[in-house]
Amino acid sequence: MFLKRGQVMILIELFWSFFQIGLFSIGGGYAALPLIQRQVLEVHNWLTMEEFTDVLTISQMTPGPISLNASTFVGTKVAGHIGSIVATIGCITPSCIIVLILAYFYFKYKNLSSIQGILKGLRPAVVSLIASAGLSILLLAVFKSEDVTIWNMKSSDINYISITMLAVAVFVLRKYNADPIKVMIATGIAGVFVYGVL
Amino acid sequence: MIVPLMRKKFVEELEWIDEEEMLNLVAISQSAPGPIAVNAAIMVGYRIAGVPGVFVSIFGTVLPPLIIITVIAQFYAAFKENRIVNALLLGMRAGVAAVIIDVIIEMAGKILKTKDKISIMIMIIALAADIIFDVNAALIIILSGVFGALYYNVFKKGTGHDFD
Repeated sequence: MFLKRGQVMILIELFWSFFQIGLFSIGGGYAALPLIQRQVLEVHNWLTMEEFTDVLTISQMTPGPISLNASTFVGTKVAGHIGSIVATIGCITPSCIIVLILAYFYFKYKNLSSIQGILKGLRPAVVSLIASAGLSILLLAVFKSEDVTIWNMKSSDINYISITMLAVAVFVLRKYNADPIKVMIATGIAGVFVYGVL
Repeated sequence: MIVPLMRKKFVEELEWIDEEEMLNLVAISQSAPGPIAVNAAIMVGYRIAGVPGVFVSIFGTVLPPLIIITVIAQFYAAFKENRIVNALLLGMRAGVAAVIIDVIIEMAGKILKTKDKISIMIMIIALAADIIFDVNAALIIILSGVFGALYYNVFKKGTGHDFD
């Protein structure tokens, strides 16, 4: 397969972006969220906030880690199949190196205590970073416009239907410990009725 | 999420590793950077069959999301044009935001409940650094990890409590 020079550059950028996402997302699950947002929306304009939220929606509905789902989605969009494979490899390369080193030492010494301190310091910061990424998703759901930030929001742009669904969904999740997938399907169906049919 | 699946497969069905070792492998997988499923695949692959085992198990872990999302990505552009699908995604956006708010309340609540002043301080400083001062997320993670390593391992060795 022959690649053009420009395409090689894009693949290198994809690899490097997802390498950083893999390297700094510690704690699993949503920890990758702020890093994906920074690399894919801010450093590169590979996705819009809307598309990013759609990727999250899809990630919730399908198995597999968010960062790998994002790798495939962004890679495919930016550079086709080869892009999705390069982004995925970029995302798992830090794991391969670091976990292999940890595995080697673990099976040799069976000692875990020293990394616990790092994690104790890290976890509160990761929670804050997820909260900050969550805020942009919240703003997208609450306001009609794409480029709303906490600094420039206007009450005239508020989407009241969305706020109502959001409030009900949070209530159901907190109070009844509902299954997130079912809650999302419910708001989706409500969306079809409200935005699609009416 | 991955713990019950791993236990069923590796501990009960295949009997490759025992319960306690599996929990240690999961702990390391959660401590290392990157997707936990991939990290766990590396640990188990290494334990069972060395470096070749690592490559086989990683391949098995990345293949499902690669295939599923590739298929969805093909249809996404066409789906986006459809009015009903668009309305569905618009509605689900509120659902995703709700799920993330729920996760944040859960995680932040867990940290506040420990009443550990240092953890709460890190949480507030990290939030301010990110939202107000726009500090790079990677830098915030490195600094808080270094701080944790120094504070809990050097200055306060042996005290404190575990999360989860």
